[in-house]
Amino acid sequence: MSITEDAREAVMTGRRTDGTRVRRPLSPHLQVYDMVQMTSGMSIANRGAGIAWTIGMVFLVWWLVAAAAGPQAFANAQWFFGSFLGMLALAGLTAVAWFHTFAGLRHLYWDFGKGYDLPAVHKTGYITLIATGVMTALTWLIAIVSW
Amino acid sequence: MSEQHSAIRLQSALGRVRGYGSARGGTHHWWVQRVTSMALLPLTLWFILSVAGHTGATHAEIVLWIGRPLNAVLLLSFIAISFQHAASGMQVVLEDYVRGEMKRVMAILVVKALCWILGLLAALSVLRIAI
Repeated sequence: MSITEDAREAVMTGRRTDGTRVRRPLSPHLQVYDMVQMTSGMSIANRGAGIAWTIGMVFLVWWLVAAAAGPQAFANAQWFFGSFLGMLALAGLTAVAWFHTFAGLRHLYWDFGKGYDLPAVHKTGYITLIATGVMTALTWLIAIVSW
Repeated sequence: MSEQHSAIRLQSALGRVRGYGSARGGTHHWWVQRVTSMALLPLTLWFILSVAGHTGATHAEIVLWIGRPLNAVLLLSFIAISFQHAASGMQVVLEDYVRGEMKRVMAILVVKALCWILGLLAALSVLRIAI
């Protein structure tokens, strides 16, 4: 192990089972990246989308529980989803769900060992953004038509 | 093992043979995330477009739709796999951002408990309508 040059490295040391010291690797984090870049921006946006979609699942549970509870409970849920705040939340969730879906598809593509060079990463990044926009618009077109 | 080597390899010989890292789970967590994500691709596509197509439906129509066996089974799958994927995804986020072992473990367990309860609530509602 090399001589420690930064005090912060003290928290990044560990020991192997035989007692020898190792320098733990530090993964890149939010403060070291330029978030306007396609690569890091898309990555953190995908994580954010996952968190938002997880919270949004509460709406799904509410909708199903209300449907099972009866017409009155269902009407209350529908009233919220039809309100300005509800529509705003659902519109956001639609975009977030599609984004997480397409970004996830991009991750699966990477898992096959493909598309790692920078031009390909930028290309699939733009495809993800365009597909999210198209599918979100399409979803709301269907929603408005079937209203 | 030389010092130069140890800087590159962070695993003991036994650990290397077992193929498990410090989390003791190997690639299990990562693999479950991939499997659930693949299952969620068609399920999410079906769910979002189905719900979008039912915005104007009455309570009776929605209950009828949920109650159809195929819809009920797909909904149950969507609920179970979504919450599994959400819980393990949130686990990684919490592992990255929550400092302190106790707080981190508690946060992960609370999220898992919430995912369980919400998932069961949704599944029970579907079953109550479908059965």
